[in-house]
Amino acid sequence: MNALAISHYTVTTACGHGKAALLQALRGGRGGLRHGQFEAGAIDSWFGAVAGLDQPLPSQHAAWDCRVNRLLAASLQQDGFSGAVDALCQRYGAARIGVFVGTSTSGVQQAEFAYRDRDRAGNRLPDWFDYRRSQSIHVPAEFARLLLGLSGCYMSISTACSSSAKVFAAAARAIRAGLCDAAVVGGVDSLCLTTLYGFNSLQLVSAEICRPADARRKGISIGEAGGFAIIDPQWSGAAPALLGYGESGDAHHMSTPDPEGRGARAAMQRALDTAGLAPAAVDYINLHGTATQANDLAEDRAVCALFGETVPCSSTKGWTGHTLGAAGMVEAAIAMLCIEHGLIPQSLNTEEPDPQLHGAIVRQTHQAKVERVLSNSFGFGGSNCSLLFGRLA
Amino acid sequence: MTPPMKPLYVHAVGVAAPGLQGWAQARLVLAGAQPWQALPETPYAPQLLPPNERRRAPPGVRQAFRAAEDAQSACSLDFSQLAAVFASSDSDLTVMDRINRALAEPVRAVSPTDFHNSVHNAAAGYWSIAVGCRQPSTAVGGYDGSFAMGLVEAAALVHGDGLDVLLVAFDVPPPALLGPCRPMTCAGSIALVLSAEAGEGALARLRLSLADEMESPLPDADLETLRVGNPALRGLPLLQAIARGGAARVVLSYASACNVVLEVEPA
Repeated sequence: MNALAISHYTVTTACGHGKAALLQALRGGRGGLRHGQFEAGAIDSWFGAVAGLDQPLPSQHAAWDCRVNRLLAASLQQDGFSGAVDALCQRYGAARIGVFVGTSTSGVQQAEFAYRDRDRAGNRLPDWFDYRRSQSIHVPAEFARLLLGLSGCYMSISTACSSSAKVFAAAARAIRAGLCDAAVVGGVDSLCLTTLYGFNSLQLVSAEICRPADARRKGISIGEAGGFAIIDPQWSGAAPALLGYGESGDAHHMSTPDPEGRGARAAMQRALDTAGLAPAAVDYINLHGTATQANDLAEDRAVCALFGETVPCSSTKGWTGHTLGAAGMVEAAIAMLCIEHGLIPQSLNTEEPDPQLHGAIVRQTHQAKVERVLSNSFGFGGSNCSLLFGRLA
Repeated sequence: MTPPMKPLYVHAVGVAAPGLQGWAQARLVLAGAQPWQALPETPYAPQLLPPNERRRAPPGVRQAFRAAEDAQSACSLDFSQLAAVFASSDSDLTVMDRINRALAEPVRAVSPTDFHNSVHNAAAGYWSIAVGCRQPSTAVGGYDGSFAMGLVEAAALVHGDGLDVLLVAFDVPPPALLGPCRPMTCAGSIALVLSAEAGEGALARLRLSLADEMESPLPDADLETLRVGNPALRGLPLLQAIARGGAARVVLSYASACNVVLEVEPA
């Protein structure tokens, strides 16, 4: 495929609002995870919470008010992103710009509140609960389209933790197929009890801070995040670019990765193939690296089988937590920051690397020339997506 | 708004809805050769799933498999080589209902099976296991525009990525508590196998474009009730055009100011 320019991007995580905050955190080795309760009475854990989501949306969007939409609206306001979309509209027209947003849980937290407040005797949910503008899986995509004033094709992708990696693939093929001329892609997921207690039921939530690739890793720390990017095929300035993408299914199990990592390897291979590049062209791999026993082992097998044991790789979930449906977008932004700023981030919180892992896990954040970064995102249902980022040639 | 895309060829159709029990029977009803009758809805056990997955599959997944297996039964293509798009407004609110009830109790005992079934791509995951497919698969949702959203992604996979695609749109009614919040009158699913090549035995040729036009209703009142009663069945006007076999133009509900226009012709 031809490289597609990413003319603008923004990301909001537990490390702060906007990409400068994340870059600073990466350089300084300061993660955004904090210990505590995300909601009174809930499990004690480490969370990557985004600050400043307590204010309701402005009155004209009151019907859409919920945590995930507040996070989405806040994300769009960073790094001049909304303004850049306005300029894009001037060039292409609102009907020719696609919107592709990934989320795993959308506004399900509103349903959690509604069920708690329900009339149990009458079996009724409270009148304030608006499924159509909160819980429904399409909500972040539709709300982004509304806020940005776009009227072309749109896509709400929900494939668990690969959701917002797949938006890049979906946008690239839609552009190639002529469905749109340019695209806004993004991902958003907010903290909620559904994922906290759901992952906990599978014994995948770590009581300690998450330690990707560590011999004593115990599971994930959940985070929340929002991020967006503009894919502008006609952009001619210096910019990072999407070089390739690969998607695959594991055909193995609903909530456990294939231990051989065959699906993961197929996704990475396809990303290289679409870019027309050999494994040696990759300077750094941003791992899915959830810090569960099963993920880190299977991913390591897949990476080593394809790339050998020398390409620097790390998970950045020690900084942001596992932001689930937003993870693909967050880590795409990290990949682009690494390329633009010559940075290779360490595997934060890794104290004692697991001797079963053979990949070159980065132990110390350092400066290096970074031309191309592969970013992995894998989700429940065996949904794999690998993205390859570089520079516009 | 967008120029029509290169043609998409429909190689197989599957359908499951009240009174539409498989494409072989439904095409007669949709073509007007048989009257629609409100046949009783029967539970469905997916044939292609291994026993463990079959036991765990929730109603939404079963509904998706019903149409997908119907399409497979009359198609010569190798389904393990097809990319897959699963389009659903709500995936399965019976699962979300159990999780939200559990979270409203002091113990908050969420079932691990419910949790892995709660992901919007549950049907895509089960399908990948059922047919041993490692091709790209995805799950999208667009409320009442879900069928059209799935068709747009399928069209992009065909013409953007050069893949043959199985599209499955499905939805099942929510449990009583959520009924008023998300009205749906029946279960329904539609599957299509789409390719850039006509090959042998293609059923129809489609040209897709996007435009701000009114969606097409169905002339028959009973069928129209199905169409508006389930997001997946918003695709029925396309199936009717295929069943009738002539040239037709149908508009499917997608998004505000942007619906999907299909020029349908015999292949």
